[in-house]
Amino acid sequence: MTVYYTKEHEWLRVEGDVAVVGITAHAAEELGELVFVEAKDEGTEVAQGDSAAVVESVKAASDIYAPVSGTVVGFNAALSDDPSLVNRDPEAEGWILKLRIADVGQLAALLDADAYAALIA
Amino acid sequence: MSDSLQRTPLYDLHLSLGGRMVPFAGYEMPVQYRAGVMAEHQHTRNAAGLFDVSHMGQAHLRARSGRVEDAALALERLVPADILSLKTGRQRYTQLTDGKGGILDDLMVSRLGDTLILVVNAACKDADLAHIAAALGEDCIVEPLPDRALIAVQGPQAGAVLARLAPASADMRFMDVAEFEVAGVPCVASRSGYTGEDGFELGMAADGAVRVAEALLAEPEVAPAGLGARDSLRLEAGLCLYGSDIDRETTPIEGALEWSIQKSRRTGGARAGGFPGADIILGQIEGGVSRRRVGIAVEGRAPVRGGARLFADDAGTKQVGHVTSGAFGPTFGGPVAMGYVETAFAATGTPLFAELRGRYLPATVAALPFVAPGFKR
Repeated sequence: MTVYYTKEHEWLRVEGDVAVVGITAHAAEELGELVFVEAKDEGTEVAQGDSAAVVESVKAASDIYAPVSGTVVGFNAALSDDPSLVNRDPEAEGWILKLRIADVGQLAALLDADAYAALIA
Repeated sequence: MSDSLQRTPLYDLHLSLGGRMVPFAGYEMPVQYRAGVMAEHQHTRNAAGLFDVSHMGQAHLRARSGRVEDAALALERLVPADILSLKTGRQRYTQLTDGKGGILDDLMVSRLGDTLILVVNAACKDADLAHIAAALGEDCIVEPLPDRALIAVQGPQAGAVLARLAPASADMRFMDVAEFEVAGVPCVASRSGYTGEDGFELGMAADGAVRVAEALLAEPEVAPAGLGARDSLRLEAGLCLYGSDIDRETTPIEGALEWSIQKSRRTGGARAGGFPGADIILGQIEGGVSRRRVGIAVEGRAPVRGGARLFADDAGTKQVGHVTSGAFGPTFGGPVAMGYVETAFAATGTPLFAELRGRYLPATVAALPFVAPGFKR
């Protein structure tokens, strides 16, 4: 199981050909409490960098960009009733969506944990 | 952060409380503290929140004659409210209007002895005071008070808290104004605010602000609250944010603020008109307007923000208005918004559809405020 990070403060955990995507603890802290989270419908194809989900804090909406190209295959339904789960546990229970990865080659250009830690240091 | 941003006397206190500072109206202000916007909002609704509003403009207006009635009559040349009947120790909400009936700013006017005390929006204060001085300078002296701080303590426990520190505050009712000391610092207090809750705004010399704030924060009911909570609180209370919900392109009648224009200033009143745009504004009271500011409750949990378009149909073919401010209302428990709609769609209960990311969400024109006020009448 490998976890990657992006400069947009997202993480993705690769499980077979599926990437579980969320926002980092740093991003959750910066955004403040979330009041709403939604992802594109299952089956939607997104290119790397496209908006794949939206998180809304009390003050503003922020896009969650697809860290790799793929097809949306899942949304964390627990967030519909309790969006603040992202704030409490951003890098585990507060995952946002699942993508079936179209091009595993895109993973190589993402950040590893050390590189991400250096980015936000 | 830019060097040109100003700081209020409470800047260091904000940092020590974990305030996250953001640029706002030319100041570095706390958008939230460690507790976060939701908790600060709820704490204000349930107990008492302390807000630094020192960025707002404060000024004294006095008549050269020395008679406060002359200052009141002069100010009535710029605002549609009845200022002459304002008794000493009372406060009133009004607007500075322009010749087209648009709103240059909204403000609070208090009368205390021979002085009118004005509190205007931070972003507008220089323009407002220049406008007032230019228009009224022959008859009045406008004294800006840049060295005064302003601290709001708001919430159902605010009265009990301030009564402990300043027993004289207990006698005040909503929109009363009085002078007393808090923690040894002379303050001008109004029993009013921008949250829909009971509470006070306390004006004091800048060098006393930290002492007052620390004395209030030492009370168990009081926690600091930032601009984020201030915005969601005022939105649930149905109160306008100047520059978003009202501006030069909206009149007080379109903005549903006719309650702030007393009978004496309306057609047939003792001092009808006489303020900029009076023909248009008073004409709109008689003849109606083509659009009105309304509350909008949106189904589901997704907040609809300022700028979102409002439609009569779920296909987005007939636009009937737009949202001017919107957020998630923590006390309301759902998204809350205000905006302008064509008058035919302005009645409470009218179904609408709000555009959000290419979809049309069911919404309803809602009575304002969204949350019942807690004023001490």
